[in-house]
Amino acid sequence: MLIFEHILLLFLVACAIAVSFSKNLLNSIIIFMSYSLVMSIIWILLESPDLAITEAAVGAGVTSLLFFVTLKKIRAMKEEDKKHE
Amino acid sequence: MSKPIPEEEYNRKPLTPVIRWVMGEADPYLGNVEMRRPRDNAPSEGLVQSHRKDREEVIEQVFDREHNRVLKGFNVFYRFTAVLCCVALIAMLLVAVYYLPPVGHADNPTSNEVAARYIESGLQETGAVNIVTGMILDYRAFDTFGESNVLFIATCTVLILLRDDQKKKKKLPDPEEVRERRFEPGDDIILQRVTFILFPIIMIFGIYVILNGHLSPGGGFSGGAIMGAGLILYANAFGFEKLNRFFTEKTYKWVSFGALSFYCLAKSYSFFTGANHLPSGIPLGNAGDIISSGLIFPLNICVGMVVACTMYAFFTLFRKGGF
Repeated sequence: MLIFEHILLLFLVACAIAVSFSKNLLNSIIIFMSYSLVMSIIWILLESPDLAITEAAVGAGVTSLLFFVTLKKIRAMKEEDKKHE
Repeated sequence: MSKPIPEEEYNRKPLTPVIRWVMGEADPYLGNVEMRRPRDNAPSEGLVQSHRKDREEVIEQVFDREHNRVLKGFNVFYRFTAVLCCVALIAMLLVAVYYLPPVGHADNPTSNEVAARYIESGLQETGAVNIVTGMILDYRAFDTFGESNVLFIATCTVLILLRDDQKKKKKLPDPEEVRERRFEPGDDIILQRVTFILFPIIMIFGIYVILNGHLSPGGGFSGGAIMGAGLILYANAFGFEKLNRFFTEKTYKWVSFGALSFYCLAKSYSFFTGANHLPSGIPLGNAGDIISSGLIFPLNICVGMVVACTMYAFFTLFRKGGF
């Protein structure tokens, strides 16, 4: 279990660095989402399931959704699509 | 009583010019004060060219990195200092972390008489099996009330910033935005099927988390966030029109207002009786039952409703600037 916890913590650090170095805004939001998900698993391992539920619902769900909506509002997602076309 | 007076007499009154000026009928300075026409603001051709030349010169001198030694030196200094500051900050934080007490150790400063009191007599005093809910909704209910109000105020701020009043502006909106709004969501059959199955489960899970807040992990905030996420999923799959059949701005207003004021009144009552050492008259019930632990059960429902409505309100305000 200790190894598992260490792997998760390493993943957290990697996610945190990847968010700031990612050029694509959409990618960084998805990385941020996975960060929240791993964080909620770590909350369970730290024996605080209350926080884990809240983190999964707010951090991985609602906050990322609001980020997506904002990206769409400022037309950051559309330009990406046009580049691929 | 006011009686009609002839116009000449009215004009002779001392206050008449002021009144007429206030009402916007006449300008008292018109014809009496020497007025100058505003200067012509359009700059001449030569002025524009000289400005442009100055600008180019400045850009050339400032951003010419290969020949500007001061700028080059400053750039090197800036980067060096930035790296130094970062390393110093990281070192300080690492040292601070090194001196933190180990997690869960018995001699930690956090395990003082407060925690012991919560653990020993929390069940008798609050009647909640889940000690976390007992803490946040009984011992520290005032904090939770402030948090609910923060959420409510945050929604109000978003409402002020993002609301678009089509009736007031009477301005033609961006056609692309209108198209987006009309075809949102894009009738995705996969999303609709999945939502058809998942939406009831999510809502029931949210209600379960709220109602069992004093028995199992969870509580008002987490359950409310789950229900809000479910509402957002429904709005994304089936559109705002279908959601508006049971959730409108009026619903949001009344649910938030009712829940917050019930919370405020209930907690005021319990603070009043608690501070004066009066019996509150609210039975704590049998610990472990669904309907037990006094005020915690209805307060959980209140917090859950406020949070669910707020989450959905954030989404819909971000999405289309209104309910």
